[in-house]
Amino acid sequence: MTIRVLVAKPGLDGHDRGAKVIASAMRDAGFEVIYTGLRQTPEQIAAAATAEDVDVVAMSLLSGAHNSLFPRVLECLKKMDGGDILVIGGGVIPESDIPNLKKQGIAEIFTPGTPTSAVIEFIKKVMAERGKI
Amino acid sequence: MNTTLSARIDELIDGVLVGNRRAVSRLITLVENDSEMREEVARRIFYKTGNAYIIGITGLPGSGKSTLTGKLAKQMLAKGLRVGIVAVDPSSPFSGGAILGDRIRMNDLALEKDVYIRSMGTRGRLGGLSDAVEITVAIFDACRCDCIIIETVGVGQSEVDIAETADTTLVISVPGLGDDIQMIKAGILEIGDILVVNKADRDGAVQVVTMLETMQMLDEIHTDWKPPILMTTAETGDGVPELLEAIFQHRIWREESGAKVSLRMQRLRKELIGLLCRSFYRQLQERFHFEQELDGLLNEMLSRRQNPYDWVRDTVNSCIQKIKKGEEK
Repeated sequence: MTIRVLVAKPGLDGHDRGAKVIASAMRDAGFEVIYTGLRQTPEQIAAAATAEDVDVVAMSLLSGAHNSLFPRVLECLKKMDGGDILVIGGGVIPESDIPNLKKQGIAEIFTPGTPTSAVIEFIKKVMAERGKI
Repeated sequence: MNTTLSARIDELIDGVLVGNRRAVSRLITLVENDSEMREEVARRIFYKTGNAYIIGITGLPGSGKSTLTGKLAKQMLAKGLRVGIVAVDPSSPFSGGAILGDRIRMNDLALEKDVYIRSMGTRGRLGGLSDAVEITVAIFDACRCDCIIIETVGVGQSEVDIAETADTTLVISVPGLGDDIQMIKAGILEIGDILVVNKADRDGAVQVVTMLETMQMLDEIHTDWKPPILMTTAETGDGVPELLEAIFQHRIWREESGAKVSLRMQRLRKELIGLLCRSFYRQLQERFHFEQELDGLLNEMLSRRQNPYDWVRDTVNSCIQKIKKGEEK
């Protein structure tokens, strides 16, 4: 089974290099990656994720708005019957914010300097646990 | 097929028939990953299909297909139509992965109630489409899409699957993509029912149109539909209403000339023969296990100690003999 991932950039953050790097790495790892570009609203992200039936939503945010935007995406996903989708995040996110984000349902946060392989291994591990691969 | 799976499929199909987006997306995933599932689902939804009009959009990478698809879809929505979009991108032959980037041009459609979008990788199939495209089109058809746009991988010289699958095929060209010879290579332009020169705001657009017109003059027209050559600037939406009108004209021509029926008949025939072959093969392989036998012989064949063509002939004959005698291996 091919793992499908939505790489999303919520809000007004204009830095997309990280998202593109992770998208390429995921493609090289055999994933199908849907990238919807910059300036996505939580509703657009959830709509794309559920329409494409992705296994993972990977959000990249460097603007500091993660505490408001990440939970909003989770909320929209739940509303659109996408509550079963694995949600991870990356970008400029202080360590102190991570526990709260995880409590709300973000499975893991990958901070700058994390090798892309770590992200990919995490996804594969969870997919294996869910019996998908 | 076990009963849980069967019930699950029925549940999803019920959702598809009332337009539930989550059911649609989940069912597509199911059929994308399992080829036997495709046949089963196709069988169950068959009587609910056959209504949608299928438009194929193809052209080299960078010609603006996704942007054009998005703009066309918006025009269709404005006319009260429900639209399905299948956006196909190439899968890496090495990793099997893919970047499915067509949606990036269609962000303003993400929240539209009457638009269904699915991005797919080619997953190893040549020809520009993936094995799951036809069933995805059928699923969109069953959830009552009026028009389904299939946007394919940039057409090279061998990627003409789209012409067989679509009712109307658009071939998109753009100015500045290298010398004229690129376009004349057989197959690309011949499959177009409508030829579009996109990015018409750029230098050289008119020259591309002239070249296409010249080629048309030199070419033998096989039917009495002469593919119109239209200019568009997808980014601004210029020329898109006219393009949609041309598509409707082609549809009318197809219905009046009987071309629609005969093409669909050809398509169905090809699909069914393929299905027959696969079903026969699966059954025979299960019974006679020739793939396992072959695995043991490949070395002999590569080192020229055994002739593979003889092996095929002998294997087929022996299977037939065994079936006649009612024996099982």
